[in-house]
Formats: sequence, structure tokens, C-alpha cells
Amino acid sequence: MEIYRWPGEPTLHQILREDGTLAREEPPGVQDQAQAWYRFMVFCRRFDQKALNLQRQGRLGTYAPFSGQEAAQIGSFAALRRDDWVFPSYRELAGMMYHGLDPAHALLFSRGHPAAGYMPKELAMFPGQIIIGAQLLHATGAAWACKLRGEDRVAAAFFGDGATSQGDFHEALNFASVFQLPVVFFCQNNQYAISVPVTRQMATPTVAQKAIAYQIEGIRVDGNDIFAVYDAMRYAVEHARSGGGPVLIEAVTYRLGPHTTSDDPTRYRDPEVHDAWARAKDPLLRLRRWLERQGLWDEDQERAWTAEVDTRLAEATERMEQTPMPDPASVFDHVYAQMPPALRRQKQELTDLRGRV
Amino acid sequence: MSRELTMLQAIQEALDLKLADDERVVLLGEDIGVNGGVFRATDGLLAKYGEKRVIDTPLAESGIIGTAIGMALNGMVPVAEIQFLAFIFPGLEQLLSHAARMRHRTRGQFGVPMVIRTPYGAGIRGPELHSESVEAFFAHTPGLKVVVPSSPYDAKGLLISAIEDPDPVVFLEPTRIYRAFREEVPGGLYRVPLGQAKVVREGEDLSIFAWGSMLRTALRAAEQIEQERGWRCEVIDLRTLYPLDRETIITSVQKTGRALVVHEAHKTAGLGAEIISLINDEALLYLRAPVKRIAGFDVPVPMFSVEDDYLPTEARIRQGIEETILF
Ligand SMILES: Cc1ncc(C[n+]2csc(CCOP(=O)(O)OP(=O)(O)O)c2C)c(N)n1
Repeated sequence: MEIYRWPGEPTLHQILREDGTLAREEPPGVQDQAQAWYRFMVFCRRFDQKALNLQRQGRLGTYAPFSGQEAAQIGSFAALRRDDWVFPSYRELAGMMYHGLDPAHALLFSRGHPAAGYMPKELAMFPGQIIIGAQLLHATGAAWACKLRGEDRVAAAFFGDGATSQGDFHEALNFASVFQLPVVFFCQNNQYAISVPVTRQMATPTVAQKAIAYQIEGIRVDGNDIFAVYDAMRYAVEHARSGGGPVLIEAVTYRLGPHTTSDDPTRYRDPEVHDAWARAKDPLLRLRRWLERQGLWDEDQERAWTAEVDTRLAEATERMEQTPMPDPASVFDHVYAQMPPALRRQKQELTDLRGRV
Repeated sequence: MSRELTMLQAIQEALDLKLADDERVVLLGEDIGVNGGVFRATDGLLAKYGEKRVIDTPLAESGIIGTAIGMALNGMVPVAEIQFLAFIFPGLEQLLSHAARMRHRTRGQFGVPMVIRTPYGAGIRGPELHSESVEAFFAHTPGLKVVVPSSPYDAKGLLISAIEDPDPVVFLEPTRIYRAFREEVPGGLYRVPLGQAKVVREGEDLSIFAWGSMLRTALRAAEQIEQERGWRCEVIDLRTLYPLDRETIITSVQKTGRALVVHEAHKTAGLGAEIISLINDEALLYLRAPVKRIAGFDVPVPMFSVEDDYLPTEARIRQGIEETILF
């Protein structure tokens, strides 16, 4: 009997080695953007730290840090057009801010503020999805509409390794493949879904190989190498935009922080593995080493950039905290395009009740 | 041996005892093993019972519930944890169309003895979709039993009964009171029977029906109103939402002639409507005032900065009591 077997060894697309030297030629455009990317990564790393501190001080609720994944997020969002459809998960604030979300706004999610959900008008981006895997189908549908309406926009879905276990993941890949849709599925394999390691999430050695089963293109990329991530995403977006069909990208990365501020990673993490990722593989250090070789980084500059970032963060925090709390009765708004009478009565009930208290 | 435990500890102990008592029992869910569950309800159980009994699954609720059905069909008693109630939705098809119907469609040949435990409800400053209470979906589905404890003692006894029940049980754990207070809990196995409500506070003037985290809110409102106006409200913890304890509900309403239902779930088509209809059927002529519902509003559970006004408060319950008694 012929057994149909997995065809080969997994590949890993890498451009920037851990020591900051190039494994292959960098993609066009990267030279000009690299310093700006680095500065944005510094901003994001400190944003993340700031958010964790604000949560500890009780000024924010639950927060899901992305430290360690800056290259994967910024590199991938950098390849999108501003009018492309973006369906992120809750851990994509670095990418979302790179795409144009105001940092003060980004903090509102963890403030439990309803206004967090209203995305900048000029973008086609959604608030981070909480339900694991759901957004892949939304991206697939948006891409489908692009194709049916003859638009040249693409849709991108961002998700974690855990999401690949959901039926929604498989349904999305299959629909996208059957209808050859302009959608990019960007998976950040950060090694854990809360406490469950990726080796327990799936028996396959990679996420990228799942593309093969759906006859679509799959790329496995070093997710802490911003050049390679950008290169992979640029390829995928062009491929999708030019009618080539969907692409699945697996960015191999690592979450340096806890799953969220409610999580205690010491319960499930291997400290040695963690140290390796935290030191040698840190995406910021890697890009910094390259910049240094190019004469585009030194310690004075780093200090100046950091100071500038901290000013921006202080200002963003202040604006976030000064965002007025909504009128409680506003929870009735936007449930329907037109408020049904029964709901209007309930809204009045709440308003009256608050008037009395 | 009896100690003071939180509801979470009582739940953990029930799981521990049933794992020890019945080798058919297995736990499965996301992050329940090494991590002990995101609320720690299964803390220490992997170390004690091993990977065959306490299973970290891939991230797929349809997978968890669907395979639990298969296990139950083949002689095991799975106790699945869904991390938060809203995450059960990808698995609803398995739960509603298969777990609930299996006994009926195989004409009694196969039952599905399984429990689905899940934290539920608002009031914990959770992110979006971490605060739902859609118990009515399950109570509406023939074939499922629906249980909601409101105290550590009941949580343990009800969970043990649920695990021993031959039919699928949805066991909803009110997150807000997981760690809110402690109470004496006996050490060994004991049962609180399913389908029995409990009179938590006696009174003659009005009956309040509540469950889960709303029970304590209702109790406080009843105490306040007694101090303020001298009215004595009877407060009844339903504990099982399907099957309902008709007798306790009706007996109380026949005594007081007035009733109020409190639930944090949305008002429209919530369980309050069912309870009122039951009162209409069996005690209409005893009523001295219309039966009110104090419930969550018909809006998605709001982001946490505005959730306090969504949840029924003591003030809203007191107002409901006043309107009913002064009707
Ligand atoms: C349908 C659903 N089930 C469970 C959860 C609870 N949950 C939140 S995040 C998470 C792990 C997600 O892991 P992964 O997809 O790898 O993304 P990461 O958090 O690592 O970025 C789980 C189980 C959820 N939000 N939605």
C-alpha cells in the first residue's frame, strides 16, 4: 500500500542572523526603514512595560503583553497597505499601533472602555479578537468580497499557534483555498497557548506545513527577524493581491512575558528555554546589532530615543486616563442600527434609576 | 473533618474526590493540567492523578465537548472545563445537537454521563466576552441539566451529584464568588441533590428567586429592606435551573403572594420568564401583585468600566421589592 507521507524537512526563512549579520541579501526598502522600525520596536517594548506597570497599579485591567513579538508584528504590518483589511487578535497592539492606532487608544482596551472598539476611520482594522480563531473566517469573507467586488485590497488575519486547533482555522484555509481568495493568514507561533506548549497543541512540527494540506502557499519564517518577516509578508500580500490565492505564514517567535496579567508563567515554563529566547534571540537586540554595524545605532542615540519614547508614553497615558468615562446608559447604543422601543424603555429605566441614586 | 473553603477550593476538592473514587472519571480542558486551570480549579490534580486522568487538550471547544461525548459513550465519565462560558459557543453544536440528544435518538441505548464546568457571569472586570450568563440557552435544550451553585458547600455537593448523574450536566460556576467568601465544607464525599432549590432566608411578604452570584445581592437587598421597612422577604436559591424545583417555588409564592426573580442574564427570554410562567400556571390566584424581573439589560455585557450598571444592584432589587409590595 502506498502511504502518502509528509514530503520534507521544514524550512525557515531567515535574513538577519542572531548576531546581526545577514544570512542573505536584505529585501529592497529595508535599508531605509530599518532604523525607524527599530525605534518603533523600542517604543513598543516600553509601551508593553508601561501597560504592565499601569495594570499593577490598578490603573488598567487585564493586559496581554506582546514583548518578544515586536519583529513579527511590525514586520508583518509594515507590508500592508492602509486600506487592506486587518483582523488582529488581542495580542497585536504593536502591529496595530504601527498601522496607525493611537497608543492612548490602544490602552483603552485594558481600561474596559467601550470607546476602545472604535477604530480609526481611515483604516480597515478591527479591534483585537478575543475568541480564538474566529477572525480568520472574517478575513476570509472580507477577502472574498474584495474578489467579488473587483477590489485590489487584501485581508490579513493575525492569530497564535493555539488558534490552529480550532475548526475556524481549518474552515478558513479551506474556503480561501477553494475560492482562491486574497487573504494572508499570519500565525505568530509564540510557543505557548497560555500554558500549553506548541508541541502539545499539535503533533506536526510546524504550523506552516498545514498550508500544504489545503494546497496553498506556506512560509515558515524566523519571527524575531524583522527583515525576514517583512520579506515573507510582502511576498504573501503581493501574491494574494495579484490573484495568486491565500498564503499561510508561520512566524516562529516567543512570548517573553506572561500570557496576560492574570497568568503566572513560572508554572509552565522551562527557564533555560526562556533564557535563550530572552537573550540571544531578542528581536530588538538582533536589529540593533545590524544597525550598529551600519553605523545607524549608538548608545547616545539609544538614550535619546528612549527619552523621547518615555515622553510620548507619559503623554499617551495621560490622555488615556483623561478619556471621560462613558455615560452608563450608552451601553444601549449601537446594539441595533435603530434602537427598538423595548430597549429604549430599558435605557430610560437605567437613566431614571441613576437620577434617583 | 470540616474546614472553611472558598467555592474554588470546594470545587477542586469535589474533582479530587471523584477522581479518587471512580476510575472512569477524567478531566479535560484547556490549561487544566500543568497550569491547574486559569482559576486553579484543577490545581495539583495532574500531579496526583497523571496525564491519563487530567488532560490538557488542544485549543478547541468543539473538540473538547465532542470527544467527551465519545468518551462517555465508551464507559468513561468526562468532566470538561470550558475556560469561560462564552468560549463554549464553538462547541455548542456538539453540546446541543449531540450530547443533549444522544439518549433520545438511541432510544435509551446510549447515555452521555458528562459534566461541562465553566466559570460564568460578570463582575470580575473581565475583558470582552468573559462575563456572559446564557444559562437560558441550556435550560431551553431538552436533554441537558443545568446547575449553578452559590456557595462553597453547595458547589462541592452539587458537583459530585452532577458527576454521578447519568445525563449531561452544564455546571455553571459564578466567577464573581469563586473566592469571595469561605464556608464550612465537610471533607468527604457528600451530595446535594440536583433539582432541589433551597430556602436561604425565610419570610412572609415576598419571595425572591435567584441563583449564582445574584443570590448574595438579593440577600443583601432583603436584609436592607427589612431594616428600612420591616418587610420580610423569603430568598430562594434555585441551585438547579433545569429541572426546576417547582414545588419549592410554588409553596413559597402561595405563602407570600408576591414574587421577584433576579438574574444577571439578559431579561428577554431569560429564565425569569420561565419562572413567572410557572407561577402563573400554578399560583396565579395567590398573587397580590405582578411578578417582576430584575435582570441584566438586553445589551451585550458591557466593557467592564460600565458593567456595574448592567448588573442588577441591591438598589434595583429594593426598588423592585417596593413596587411589588406597594402595588
Ligand atoms: C474560543 C476560545 N477559547 C478559549 C479562550 C481562552 N484563551 C484566551 S487566549 C488562549 C490561548 C491562545 O493561544 P494562542 O492562539 O497561541 O495565542 P497567544 O495567546 O499565544 O497569542 C486561550 C485558551 C478564548 N479566548 N477563546
